[in-house]
Amino acid sequence: MPFNELLSDLAALYPSDRLLTAAAQIMPYESDGLTAFRGRPSGVVLPVTADEVVETVRLCHRHDVPFMARGSGTSLSGGSVPVPDGLVIGLNRLNRILRYDPLHRVAVVEPGVINLRVSEHVAADGLYYAPDPSSGPVCTIGGNVAFNSGGVHCLKYGMTANHVLGLKCVLPDGEVVTLGGESLETVGPDLIGMFAGSEGLFGIALEITLRLLPRPEVYRTFLAAYDTLSAAGDAVSMVVASGLLPGAMEIMDRLAIDAAEAAVNAGYPADAQAVFLVELEGPREEVAAEEVRLMKLLDDSGATEIRVAKDDAERLTFWKGRKSAFSAVGRLSPDFIVQDGVVPRSRLGEALGEIERLSQEFGIRVANVFHAGDGNLHPLIMYDGRVAGALENAERLAGEILRLCIRMGGSITGEHGVGLEKRAYLGEMYEAADTRTMFAIRDAIDPKSLANRGKMLPDAEAPALASHGAHPLEQQGVISRM
Amino acid sequence: MESPQDIPAVQELVRAQSRIRVRGGGSKSALAAEANVSLAGLSGMVQYDASEFTFTALAGTPVREVAEQLARHGQYLPFEPPLADDGATLGGTVAAGLSGSARYRYGGVRDFLLGVRLVDGRGELVRGGGNVVKNVAGFDLPKLMVGSLGRFGVVVELSFKVFPAPERTSTILAEFGHLDTAMAAVDRMATSPFDLMCLDVEPPNRLWIRIGGIGDALHARLARLTSLLEMSDARIGMFADDAEIWQDVSQFRWARENANLVKIPLVPSEVPRLEARIARWNGEVTRRYGVGGTVAYLAWSEPTVREGLESTLAAAHRSSLALWGDWPDPRLGPSTDNAMSDRLAAALDPQGKFAIAAAVAAPPGS
Repeated sequence: MPFNELLSDLAALYPSDRLLTAAAQIMPYESDGLTAFRGRPSGVVLPVTADEVVETVRLCHRHDVPFMARGSGTSLSGGSVPVPDGLVIGLNRLNRILRYDPLHRVAVVEPGVINLRVSEHVAADGLYYAPDPSSGPVCTIGGNVAFNSGGVHCLKYGMTANHVLGLKCVLPDGEVVTLGGESLETVGPDLIGMFAGSEGLFGIALEITLRLLPRPEVYRTFLAAYDTLSAAGDAVSMVVASGLLPGAMEIMDRLAIDAAEAAVNAGYPADAQAVFLVELEGPREEVAAEEVRLMKLLDDSGATEIRVAKDDAERLTFWKGRKSAFSAVGRLSPDFIVQDGVVPRSRLGEALGEIERLSQEFGIRVANVFHAGDGNLHPLIMYDGRVAGALENAERLAGEILRLCIRMGGSITGEHGVGLEKRAYLGEMYEAADTRTMFAIRDAIDPKSLANRGKMLPDAEAPALASHGAHPLEQQGVISRM
Repeated sequence: MESPQDIPAVQELVRAQSRIRVRGGGSKSALAAEANVSLAGLSGMVQYDASEFTFTALAGTPVREVAEQLARHGQYLPFEPPLADDGATLGGTVAAGLSGSARYRYGGVRDFLLGVRLVDGRGELVRGGGNVVKNVAGFDLPKLMVGSLGRFGVVVELSFKVFPAPERTSTILAEFGHLDTAMAAVDRMATSPFDLMCLDVEPPNRLWIRIGGIGDALHARLARLTSLLEMSDARIGMFADDAEIWQDVSQFRWARENANLVKIPLVPSEVPRLEARIARWNGEVTRRYGVGGTVAYLAWSEPTVREGLESTLAAAHRSSLALWGDWPDPRLGPSTDNAMSDRLAAALDPQGKFAIAAAVAAPPGS
């Protein structure tokens, strides 16, 4: 058995408390934020140095054992569900900030550093790390890089890849490469951009050089309520067309508002069919001028109520409802699936109408929360996993929504990644020649297909789909699915 | 020089020829020198819906044409691709990985490219990315193309996102007593929340600072910025009408007299060190530092400079790129190739048709 041979080599590398093989020790690693999938690895190692990671990858390569790097396991696409019978390389202990240069606004971190910790670490110097996935308090930078994670501020600031200046990574055969550096400018192909979002298929990031930004001087956060979802969608179009560039624009529908209210009591308008959150940020004079325009625009957009956060506490309350909407849906339904397909911004209204029609056709409730500014949908498809066939039915509806995004010229995933869940749809979004090329690239980087085998590319057996309820962290409201 | 007029013709060429090096508008002479295929004929907007803030265009489309179309709708490419007046194309800008001074604010060409269609080494037409502003499905081929110098395929079509153009802009010229005080001001500006568009250093002692936004707010923003600069004893000049200033920068007008132009990415603290090294060429090298001192552009004509520069780059471990001049290989300093790029090249170009500066010369008559 290749794993047994690997195990004896790993035993020489790791003390027993960092090499886990007993069923009870391994169980917590079986799934991620997409709890419908599980995979049983043969073992888990917990390296504390980059050298241990490199050596582990080399050993896996020598013994032909597939491996998967794991941060906090918050992937929503099944991206960190273990490769069955493979090795999980848990990176949470590689959690040092190796270097921080406030003057040049860079931080070099290990992959296990928690996303939010970066911003906390640099806050005293007036800096922050822009990408802010809702799982920020627990997810790791290594996972963010692997999946090119987004958040609510992508419209203006881009995704994780846009904030990584340098990478040191180990390729799937154990070769270590250094990509980029510390400058905003580069020469040579953008290998960092290629590595980011490769869903673990290109190996493991060991050191990540992050670009930090000066924290905006002022935030102004607005909440507008509407009688219909389409009126809220029209308001987004008006803001976009006006030439304003808000830091974030989010919409929640009635069902999502109900869920958020039940969970965190954010005080959203009780009778609104949709809530539109929009945030301006920048130098105070600029934001003041923008605010005048935005207010007029919202007035003209048929909003039934407009609120402006009067201080930072109220701003956080506005956002709290939004950021907890997903975990809150647990109050409305025992189980749910969330998708993150993208449609062209101008077709948001059409897409939402179609989702509503599908919801009725399938007899399944769907709540909608979305990054309106970039057409990134997040339909929450509710089901009861105890009812036979309910999960499969919900997955079919989810698939129809992905197809809708493809038909409209959008994407099957805006920020969660393909992972396990959407592999079948990658080939519907791209032509045969495109996916052939992706396979050719994977085969050239990793001929043995050891690194996170079976993710993104539909070529290996997937762990069985099964209902397991919400992620424990999600039940506690610690993480949410955006 | 072959000049395909449509995408199938590019595929045909790639299948038929053993070596393919592409040029666009030829605005970066050092990168166009070994070309045997021109994409000038593959030009034009394929799709532009202003309400979407995205467009798709063929690779040979001049960036100037694009900028004009976008401007009619109050939009722009925030990284302001350089050398527009010399006919720079979208494809050439991506292949060279070149962004203008304004990349300081919202990011460079890599941050605005959403999708590509490219012809790989087998002659297959491959799409990567998409044309919506957010998409993480599949490998990010568009980013791989940025700065790739055509090594992985012939990019034939590109999709970008765009932003609303600032309503008004204004520029401050701050003159300091010494480079060190100028660089200290760069650090202060860069860590401040002033939201600058451009922050360029003109040696020996000048900073060019541009801001943009709503007209009503500009005056107050400028006042605050100047008072901060005056605290560092800078002499201030103001330019409300600043389009031409930045167009000149975008055209490298300050370097036009010189035969050679080289781009060197660095970090701001290296600027004084590079300046000190350059001093020994007795004023033969003119230069400018863009994007908050994270990129140096050096220009010169005197032939003896080249050798000294190459050893300087090697000693400083700075990979660089020649943009103008006659170079056997435009990639200077330590190689940016590594196991990852080698494997990607093997996957996309198994026969090595797109290799840069190959040992074999381009076929005669090309």
